Amino acid sequence: MSALRVVKSADFDLSAVRKDFPALHQKVYGKQLVYLDNAATTQKPNAVIEALNRFYKFDCSNVHRAVHALSERATKAYEAARTTVKQFINAQSEREIIFVRGTTEAINLVMNSFGRQRVKAGDEILISALEHHSNIVPWQLLAEQTQARLVVAPINDAGELILDEFERRLGAQTKLVAIAHISNALGTVMPVREVVRMAHARGVPVLLDGAQAVAHACVDVRELDCDFYAFSGHKVFGPTGIGILYGREELLDQMPPYQAGGDMIRSVTFEKTIYNELPYKFEAGTPHVAGAIGLGAALEYFSQVGIDRAAAHERELLIYGTQVLGAIEGLRLIGTAREKIGVLSFVLDGVHPHDVGTVLDRDGIAVRTGHHCAQPVMDRFGVPATTRASLAFYNSKAEIDALANGIRRVRKLFAK
Amino acid sequence: MPNKNMNDIEIADLYQELIVDHSRRPRNFGRLAHATHQAEGFNPLCGDKVKVYVNLDQDSVRDVSFEGDGCAISKASASLMTESIKGKSRAEVEQLFSRFRDLATGSGDTDASGLGKLAVFSGLHGFPTRVKCATLAWHTLRAALEEKSGLVSTE
Repeated sequence: MSALRVVKSADFDLSAVRKDFPALHQKVYGKQLVYLDNAATTQKPNAVIEALNRFYKFDCSNVHRAVHALSERATKAYEAARTTVKQFINAQSEREIIFVRGTTEAINLVMNSFGRQRVKAGDEILISALEHHSNIVPWQLLAEQTQARLVVAPINDAGELILDEFERRLGAQTKLVAIAHISNALGTVMPVREVVRMAHARGVPVLLDGAQAVAHACVDVRELDCDFYAFSGHKVFGPTGIGILYGREELLDQMPPYQAGGDMIRSVTFEKTIYNELPYKFEAGTPHVAGAIGLGAALEYFSQVGIDRAAAHERELLIYGTQVLGAIEGLRLIGTAREKIGVLSFVLDGVHPHDVGTVLDRDGIAVRTGHHCAQPVMDRFGVPATTRASLAFYNSKAEIDALANGIRRVRKLFAK
Repeated sequence: MPNKNMNDIEIADLYQELIVDHSRRPRNFGRLAHATHQAEGFNPLCGDKVKVYVNLDQDSVRDVSFEGDGCAISKASASLMTESIKGKSRAEVEQLFSRFRDLATGSGDTDASGLGKLAVFSGLHGFPTRVKCATLAWHTLRAALEEKSGLVSTE
């Protein structure tokens, strides 16, 4: 994230990028939409919508199978998307890029394949207290099935990982560290380089849950030195139903297939099946071809906007939003890490988040309310739920002002 | 109001003064000392929890109370429910719930007469995602009266 400090957001043309997202320009309940639920999913630029359209209008075909023209075009576009992903996260090879349904499936793939092969009774899997349910429950399931133990590294009151405590929990039994790159509930940027360094010093591989990171920071898997990196297309301006598991080639090579079927095989007889090479060994069945192409288009679009420029703009919005919301009486921000992205999670004195969400909705403001699939984080801060406004680069200061005005209206309504 | 288009129902139609008041100062709140029936309800989507205690005398509700935490709609609904069912028979409670549900969802007979204070929820059908908040206490009450064990869930 060091790039944030050198890039000026002045180079960033907000009104131009907003034009690329048709969904932003609509009214709900007669009010201009203010979309602040980007941590749940991002809106899609025309480039993505057109790529999907083009595929279904002209190139719709299955991949890696037939010799006809459409199949050839579809295969080419699908594999080109894989190359785009490889470049976007700076992986070494396309063999390390596996198309999956999303972050959840990516983590489940590692759990089922790597986990079942390596984790034995008495072993430990180390996660943090900030994880999304999708980076908790698969490991709980694995622990249950193998009599292993799930170990949790705590966070402080700002919502930051306590590194000493994390390191203390890395032991001879630790077989895997699985940790968020950026927290979905609070926006905390985790000290993943230190985490990887500490884990690797003990020979423990690291999986990073990058669902919240890809749309907000440059992700370079070789620089991060992680062993697995998981993310979803829909949180980085791409379609739903497509995601990526990056894995270090030598690890993927040693892992057994996750699902079995067509495309993941080289030859099948009733006596013996020889698996296909990477990455196809992990892509059984007809993949989400259109989704992969859409994701490729999204990453190309995002790169054109400029990840550093976008991040710098978001940084300004976060600073502004923290000030504006912090000035509202009775509002408490949850998650005040020094290193964080544009997530403003808060509770309002005497008003339940669901009532906040309903009032804001009628003002055209879309926020998420609830536990954000991170109940242990809510428990840590002693709240049942929060209201979460989460930013993308297409958001503006005017939208933050609209949010603040909406929150003031909520307070007035409940001050009766 | 039932004739209003869903999108025209405004926030003030939902959070009427009576609802805000009951959410801030819930009536019949707390454990009932001599409860003959009780049940617990839970909405896993939002984490709202409610416990309903009933003291049944023969077939009629002698006393009722609730405990729990949740949004303004769920608290106000539970509070107003306890006020409106005291002295009523099981059959009358069931009938009231049925009419309340019709009002909340905007289905069936939307005439609010006979619902008393519960008519304050007539704006709710403009907010379909919030209907479960209002019916949780009622479902829990029904489970208590039917002496069902375990947790009642909205899902």
